[in-house]
Amino acid sequence: MTIGLGHYLSVAAILFTLGIFGIFLNRKNVIIILMSIELILLAVNINLVAFSTHLGDITGQIYALLVLTVAAAEAAIGLAILVVYYRNRGSIAVEDINLMKG
Amino acid sequence: MIVAALFFYLFAGICVASAVMVIAARNPVHSVLYLILAFVNAAGLFVMMGAEFLAMILIVVYVGAVAVLFLFVVMMLDVDFAELKQGVLQYLPIGMLIGGIFLAELLLVVGAWAIGPGIPQAITAPIPANISNTEAIGLVLYTRYVYFFQASGMILLVAMVGAIVLTLQHRIRVRRQDIGEQVARKPSASIEVVKVRSGQGLGSNI
Amino acid sequence: MYQAIVFLPLLGAILAGMIALAGARARFPGKGPAAGGEDHATDHGPHHGGPGVHGGGVIHSSHHEAEEHEPAAVGSRTAELITTTLLLICMILSWIAFVDVGFAHHDMRVPVFTWMAAGDLRVEWSLRIDTLTAVMLVVVNTVSAFVHLYSIGYMHEDPYRPRFFSYLSFFTFAMLMLVTADNLVQLFFGWEGVGLASYLLIGFWYHKPEANAAAIKAFIVNRVGDFGFALGIFAVFMLTGAIDFETIFAQAPSLTGKTINFFGWQADALTLTCLFLFMGAMGKSAQFLLHTWLPDAMEGPTPVSALIHAATMVTAGVFMVARLSPLFELAPNAQAFVTLIGATTAIFAATIGLVQNDIKRIVAYSTCSQLGYMFVAMGVGAYSVGMFHLFTHAFFKALLFLGSGSVIHAMHHEQDIRHMGGLKDRIPYTYIVMIVGTLALTGFPLTAGYFSKDAIIEAAYVGKNPLALYAFICTVAAALLTSFYSWRLIFKTFHGEPHDRQHWKDAHESPMVMLIPLGFLAFGSVFAGLPFKEIFAGHGVEGFFRESLTFAKSNTVLEDMHHVPLQIGILPTVMMALGFVIAWQFYIRRPDIPVELARQHDWLYRFLLNKWYFDELYDLIFVRPTKWIGRELWKKGDGWLIDGFGPDGVSARVLDVTRNVVRLQTGYLYHYAFAMLIGAAAFITWFMFAVR
Repeated sequence: MTIGLGHYLSVAAILFTLGIFGIFLNRKNVIIILMSIELILLAVNINLVAFSTHLGDITGQIYALLVLTVAAAEAAIGLAILVVYYRNRGSIAVEDINLMKG
Repeated sequence: MIVAALFFYLFAGICVASAVMVIAARNPVHSVLYLILAFVNAAGLFVMMGAEFLAMILIVVYVGAVAVLFLFVVMMLDVDFAELKQGVLQYLPIGMLIGGIFLAELLLVVGAWAIGPGIPQAITAPIPANISNTEAIGLVLYTRYVYFFQASGMILLVAMVGAIVLTLQHRIRVRRQDIGEQVARKPSASIEVVKVRSGQGLGSNI
Repeated sequence: MYQAIVFLPLLGAILAGMIALAGARARFPGKGPAAGGEDHATDHGPHHGGPGVHGGGVIHSSHHEAEEHEPAAVGSRTAELITTTLLLICMILSWIAFVDVGFAHHDMRVPVFTWMAAGDLRVEWSLRIDTLTAVMLVVVNTVSAFVHLYSIGYMHEDPYRPRFFSYLSFFTFAMLMLVTADNLVQLFFGWEGVGLASYLLIGFWYHKPEANAAAIKAFIVNRVGDFGFALGIFAVFMLTGAIDFETIFAQAPSLTGKTINFFGWQADALTLTCLFLFMGAMGKSAQFLLHTWLPDAMEGPTPVSALIHAATMVTAGVFMVARLSPLFELAPNAQAFVTLIGATTAIFAATIGLVQNDIKRIVAYSTCSQLGYMFVAMGVGAYSVGMFHLFTHAFFKALLFLGSGSVIHAMHHEQDIRHMGGLKDRIPYTYIVMIVGTLALTGFPLTAGYFSKDAIIEAAYVGKNPLALYAFICTVAAALLTSFYSWRLIFKTFHGEPHDRQHWKDAHESPMVMLIPLGFLAFGSVFAGLPFKEIFAGHGVEGFFRESLTFAKSNTVLEDMHHVPLQIGILPTVMMALGFVIAWQFYIRRPDIPVELARQHDWLYRFLLNKWYFDELYDLIFVRPTKWIGRELWKKGDGWLIDGFGPDGVSARVLDVTRNVVRLQTGYLYHYAFAMLIGAAAFITWFMFAVR
């Protein structure tokens, strides 16, 4: 059967949901949260590229490139924060991070 | 055609499966490795769609840089595996619910969509035929979208500086070279000419 | 001249008031006057230096009383001299005015200034001087001047004399405003002013809680009457569009037969108006139903009782009815009501006075009763006769009060007649003037009271009022009772064995400054009757009063009065003699009889002693429900409802809401991530299904 736009979009949808799921389920490990965010961004990229190739518009791929850039930057900063936090706290369990409780 | 479908399902399946394992793995190192696998398969999907430049960039940037960074951090932090997966069940129902809602909505859209009639005219940058994907992207990236390109460069610069600023620990006990200081040393600060009487040495002025 | 008469007391009041304020400042430098109350026990020391050296008060160090003696206020002498002098001038001027207006027919209206001009309402401030006013001027100024003079002696030991004299003069001013009023609003101003002065003076010794309570009671009961009075004024304005007397009187005849819609009932306009106005008189003159404040008003110093609650303020109601005689003559139903109330008050107060033990209260109930007499006269249409009784009553009642004050002063502030006795040798002068006053009150032939009281009884006999007969019976019976209790007072106070040896031995005659007014008033009690009989109750009424009183064409009371049968004519005198004989029997010859009677008819005795239980009745009907309503409105209405749903409620809800909202800020990263995702899911759902 022809693999159409819908297939790709479904795959992206499932990956997106899995990413969200990962954020919800994870309370002990901040790294998993960051990785789930990467999954979400990946799903978005697949979506963008699928539309781009289907419609014949290169803009989608440009946009996917930019998303890639930003994702990388965000992963770097997020991990940097995590490292500093670990240095100060000694653990990365999300449960214990409630200093901002108000 | 059948080959294409086969490859699609292969790539897609492994991608989804490894995504599940990212979340479900006990060992965070395993999680990262599964993430790498997911990226690679997504790249494969990109190649199938015809965006090979992006697929290669995905491998280079995501896998080669981001996922490796993840790996570094995971291995650097001393995490205890055993306690990590406790308490998952507390949020399972609400998580299932939200995830289910998202999935359902997305699939609804996917199932019932139709491309709007005015879209083909609204394409901003049509893909020219008979040139490679790389060239096509390059044609547009440095001309129409040069500001975005520069901006993304700035973002990366800021991210780099930010990461260094956050994590830099100035070790005071480590001796470093300060080139500027070394070069700026004058003879008057380092050399002293002393008249020595023969047979007497420098005395107690040392 | 008339401006002088009216405004000199005001000047005196202001000057004395300023002296009082300055004295208070000097006495309590830095502290407010409120702090003085607690210092009573300890202030003798530190305050010796200040007020004592200034030209003012004489510190009585010879009287050692149980409580500490406060030194007199600075400038007391000055205050009392200024105010008394001004009042004496006013008194002389008012006698001149009496002759001028009454006999030389120089009626006039003296405009002072324009008070308000608002739309259709134009209120001028002017002094209306006609015979009625002149009579009242004489009464008010004479009694006030003598009371001022008397107070110099009576209040000699009081440390707050400037304030007292200031209040006395202020009262006089307000009363003069009332009697010289040319319109209802000015009258009301004076009306309220005397009410205020009464409150201030009754509560003069404000450290005593009973005095405070009595002052408030007087003011509030008065207020009830004033409410009716105000309604009457509104009704007059509604009917005639004006409130000055000239216009009202001119329009009055055209108002007969008009009706006002009063709560759905079509009431005759004039009757309703007059009833409302009379309600004010009931309050001010302590008539039946609104009388409860008068006996309690005896908490004030005796000169106050003499001035306000005998001669002047309580007669304001009588004056008002007389002034509005054009209106009352056209409302016979209102007149009937006036007669009813007056007669009932006369007999009712007399019954209570029979068994009272406080010397001032006996005289107070006597006043109440005599005021009833005056209203009976007004009710049957004999306005001038009522004014006559007002005129003579002022003299002998003030005399009786001031004499009682002299007795109290002699007995060192003992007021219970059961503790007195045998004083006639110790204070003979006071004894004689009290006898004179009692003779006048009971209507001994040829005293002033004889002429005026008998005139009222005769008028009641011939009156065409439906209640005239009732009034006649009541007034005759009251005459008997009046005689009885007046002589009872004399016998128990001055005759017999002294009940309190110590006080009896210390009793001494009052100083001259107190005895002179008593002398003058005694003179007036005897000689204020015969010379004035013709012009008040005889054939000279028309020529004397002229325009100030109106008599309807059908009102022939004054004429018929002279044709009563002889038996009726001497009936009051017979009653008086009978009362004297019974009192003699009860209190001189066989003092055991009253004790026996009281014991046998204990319930009747108690009923009368407790003033027919009116205070308890009013407490039950009005005071408690009002307090209950007030408390409920405060606690529930204001507290629960308005505060609860208003500011307090809003702030409490805000706190609740924020307390719950704060729980969202857990500090946990994943909670925030959840929140974001849940929000995104909701948004997408809404976007997909709601937005078309």
